[in-house]
Amino acid sequence: MAKNPQLNANGELKHLLSIEGLPRDIISAILDTAEPFTEVAEREVKKLPLLRGKSVFNLFFENSTRTRTTFEIAAKRLSADVINLNVSTSSTNKGETLLDTVDNLVAMQADMFVVRHASSGAPYLIAQHLESTNRPNVHVVNAGDGRHAHPTQGLLDMYTIRHFKRDFTQLTVAIIGDILHSRVARSQIHALTTLGVPEVRAIGPKTLLPTDVERLGVRVFHDMREGLKGVDVVMMLRLQNERMTGSLLPSPQEYFKFFGLTEEKLALAKPDAIVLHPGPMNRGVEIDSAVADGVQAVILPQVTFGIAVRMAVMSMLARG
Amino acid sequence: MKIHIRNGHVVDPANRIDARQDLFIAAGRIVAVGQAPEGFTANRTVDAAGLIVAPGLVDLSARLREPGFEYKATLESELGAAVAGGVTSLACPPDTDPPLDEPGLVEMLKHRARNLNLAHVYPHGALTVKLKGQTLTEMGELAEAGCVAFSQANTVVQDTQVLMRALQYAATFGYSVWLQPQDSYLAKEGVAHDGEVASRLGLAGIPVLAETVAIATVVQLVRATGVHVHFARISSAAGLRMIEEARAEGLKVTCDVSINHLHLCDVDIGYFNAHCRMEPPLRAQSDREALRRGLAEGRIDAVCSDHTPVDDDAKQLPFAEAETGATGLELLLPLTLKWAQEMKLPLSTALARITSDAARILGIPAGTLSPGANADICIFDPRADSRISRESLRSQGKNTPFLGLELAGLTRYTLAAGHVVFER
Repeated sequence: MAKNPQLNANGELKHLLSIEGLPRDIISAILDTAEPFTEVAEREVKKLPLLRGKSVFNLFFENSTRTRTTFEIAAKRLSADVINLNVSTSSTNKGETLLDTVDNLVAMQADMFVVRHASSGAPYLIAQHLESTNRPNVHVVNAGDGRHAHPTQGLLDMYTIRHFKRDFTQLTVAIIGDILHSRVARSQIHALTTLGVPEVRAIGPKTLLPTDVERLGVRVFHDMREGLKGVDVVMMLRLQNERMTGSLLPSPQEYFKFFGLTEEKLALAKPDAIVLHPGPMNRGVEIDSAVADGVQAVILPQVTFGIAVRMAVMSMLARG
Repeated sequence: MKIHIRNGHVVDPANRIDARQDLFIAAGRIVAVGQAPEGFTANRTVDAAGLIVAPGLVDLSARLREPGFEYKATLESELGAAVAGGVTSLACPPDTDPPLDEPGLVEMLKHRARNLNLAHVYPHGALTVKLKGQTLTEMGELAEAGCVAFSQANTVVQDTQVLMRALQYAATFGYSVWLQPQDSYLAKEGVAHDGEVASRLGLAGIPVLAETVAIATVVQLVRATGVHVHFARISSAAGLRMIEEARAEGLKVTCDVSINHLHLCDVDIGYFNAHCRMEPPLRAQSDREALRRGLAEGRIDAVCSDHTPVDDDAKQLPFAEAETGATGLELLLPLTLKWAQEMKLPLSTALARITSDAARILGIPAGTLSPGANADICIFDPRADSRISRESLRSQGKNTPFLGLELAGLTRYTLAAGHVVFER
């Protein structure tokens, strides 16, 4: 097996591509680094000079407003120059390959790429290409690749859980919904198991669970009520519109009935359980408004923490 | 041209010869093994001391990319690669552009190959027009033009009525049909074996069921039509078991496996290595073990390179977008030897799978050193290691997961129809 492409020879973070394969101390270091960054947002001048003079390219081959915006804010708070490229609407349509695009941007002295791509593994291809073309000082952050990984989302979820629950080793966590197609769920599962969460549950219909998902270290439930019993953290997943009807699911109504989070189902979890959602939410499909806006939801703090976590990742990469 | 190959160790599985012997060639044919015929004077003597003298290898599947994909490879480059790998006869699937569905295309291909005077080319005709799975091709005309079997390459006939009629029609004339078993619906959008690795990497899976469901259907049709079906590139333990059962019942079915599936499994995808994107997908380790044993015991009839040269642009893409396949003509011998060594098999068993067994499936006069046979010969050094690199490969395709590996089994001389067509 090839060496882990996201760590350098000293085992330090060179790219952030996936949470799988990241040692626990690096994950903890990212969360610790993010801690003081949450205060930057409270200041009159919300800026730190850590990335001054650096160029960060948001390279989005797939549309996203929220993730791109939070990366942009994070980079700007670190004083980087940020260039947003929606490649889905530009050069690749003219036949330019992914790696040609990267080479051109490297020639413009890019220091960091924040990459979102519809194909699993695309950020690895870029990282490997930078390696083979001898560009050790250019870093890649995976902002979501296909169904594979969304590591900064996983990390901000861990930050949120740590903020509200402190000790990972005492928790039962349930991840609910379309785990098959979810890069978020995969990153969450790896982060939770690496941080020592003793029980991670995966809840969903058989059509939306990946083959052999148990081997990732989760306990599978098909009955949401059963799976929610006694959990400390409820992590909901977004159900994409195109998957609501067809051969995976019969209808959004039936999905909501069996796998939507309502106050009544949430009552089966621990009384102080928190509810996370990576957004954007489909109210009335995977989550009821009463829960989304309820006291147990920590969905807006997730967004705030997300900026601090992305600042932490980018500053650690630039330093390394 | 008379050639005397001396001091070599002859391994000819078809004739159960495994001994130090000399070989004598005249007028394109083997004239004697052991003692020189009366009055034989060689124009050339090849000293094969320390080398193995084997029948020229027979590869059941090598894409030559002509016509239509000359930017990926040409007849010249790939037949050069073939003889550099000791391959003197090869079957090519019909998935060119246009596909080999007309006699004129087949004649042209055979003519161009013959003029190059390297390896012998045995085209497979398309089973259906444009490989679309709708209309039968003129199989009789195609056979007369030189097609040795009919195939859909790695596409499928979705319409089972068309498939049944194609098999009936082929059975009418006694033609063989080669099918790569995969249910297109179960494999839809899939790019890797549906298992833990694909689940971790977030790659859409192709379940083993895609293979077994297709085999089940074809076996029923074979029983009804009596046609000989060769299952090309099986990938799973469960699929192999079903083919064995059909064979035990007396049905005319055979099967092969690719060198890639003998040595690799889904874990080798590692961090999205696009060289491991194959059709069918690399499956679980337990499948690989079953295929290795099946080939050793002859339950799988032969191993082939499944040679598929792909240009760099089509491989340097995210895994799911990359083109499938690996270059293999120059790896068939070393990887077969590696398998045999790891399985502790005699050299003659290993060579049988890429000479006489393969020739029997294709129904061609090749894969033997019998006196009177075509002088197609592969002389190789079983010990010399060579490192597989972009530079060492003569094929235009540099796409293989085995780049960087040291492999034993270096071809020193290749003879086709009595001529030395390669030496190093």
